[in-house]
Amino acid sequence: MRDSVVLITGTRKGIGRHLAEHYVQRGAQVVGCSRGAPEWTLANYTHFETDVTDEAAVRKMVAAVGKQFGRLDVLINNAGIASMNHVLLTPAATAERIFATNFHGVFLLCRESAKLMQRRRYGRIVNISTVAAPLRLEGEALYAASKSAVVTFTQILAREVASYGITANVVAPTPIETDLIRGVPPAKIAAIIERLAIKRLGRFEDVANVVDFFVRPESDYITGQVITLGGVG
Amino acid sequence: MDATKVELNRQAVVETILSALHDLLQESAAGELPTLDEATRLIGRAAVLDSMGLVTLIVEVEQRLEADYDLVVVLADDRAMSQTRSPFLSVGSLADYVMQLAAEQA
Repeated sequence: MRDSVVLITGTRKGIGRHLAEHYVQRGAQVVGCSRGAPEWTLANYTHFETDVTDEAAVRKMVAAVGKQFGRLDVLINNAGIASMNHVLLTPAATAERIFATNFHGVFLLCRESAKLMQRRRYGRIVNISTVAAPLRLEGEALYAASKSAVVTFTQILAREVASYGITANVVAPTPIETDLIRGVPPAKIAAIIERLAIKRLGRFEDVANVVDFFVRPESDYITGQVITLGGVG
Repeated sequence: MDATKVELNRQAVVETILSALHDLLQESAAGELPTLDEATRLIGRAAVLDSMGLVTLIVEVEQRLEADYDLVVVLADDRAMSQTRSPFLSVGSLADYVMQLAAEQA
C-alpha cells in the first residue's frame, strides 16, 4: 500500500476511521470525508467535509484528489446510515435519507472515482454492505434494502469497469461495536450473533482484513464478489 | 488558474476532444485512423466509436478539461441524456455542449 492513494468515505468515526488509520500506517496517502470535521488528525491524511449525496461536492472532491495526487488507487465506500424501524412506521423521508447516503452516495463516489482510476487503467473499489441483508433482519428493511442495492450495483459495476483495470467488490460486516448499532437493543444484537457461524461481534480488523485482500494489486482477477463476515452465506 | 493553463475557447475544446479521440482510436484500432474533424460522428451508424468507446471518450474529455482548464463538469448530465438532439452526436456538437456548460459555470 506504500504510496497508494486511498479514498475512504465516512471516516469521522467507526469503521471508516479505523480504515483511515490502517492504511496510513501502511504508508498510503489517505483522503477521507464526512459531513462534519473529525475530532482527530493524522499524518498523510486529508479530510474533506463532503456530503456523499451531493453530486457537485463529490465531483469537486474527486477532482481535488486527482489534482493533488495525480491518481486514485483505492476507493472504500464506507459512509452509511441506519434506522431501525418497522416498515409500517417508517417515514418516507427516512427511507429517502437512507437510500441517498447508502446507495446514491456509493453510486456517485464509484462513478467519479472510476473516471479518475481509468486514466491509469488501475483501480480497486470496495463497497461496504451488511449481514442485515442475507439475514433478512426485521426492523432493518430499508437499511438492508439499500445495502442489497449496493451489492447488485457493485456486481454490475464490476463488469462495466473491468476493461479499465478496475475491480469492484463488497465486504458485508456483522455488527461491530460502532455508533451505528449503539441504539440497537442488546437482545437484538445477541439474536443476530446467534445466527452467525462464528458467534461474536465483528472487529474493525475483520473488515480491514477483507479490504486488504480486495485492494491488493494481486487481486486483479477478483471482481464482483461479496465476502460476508461471520460465516453468513 | 495556473500560469500554464490556457484560456478555454471553442477551438481549444475541439482540439481537446480530437486529441482524446485520436488517442482512443489509436489505442484500439489496428488499421489506419479515419480523418478526424468537427464533423466526425460519435454516435449512430457512421460513428467512429462503439458504445464503450463513447463512454471512454466522454470520461477522457472530462478528465482533460479538468486537468488542462480547471473545468470540472459532468458531461453526461440529465440534460444531455434527455435532449432530442444528443450533444454526443459529433465532435462539434460535443464541443458546443462543453462551451454551454462552461458558460453556465462562469
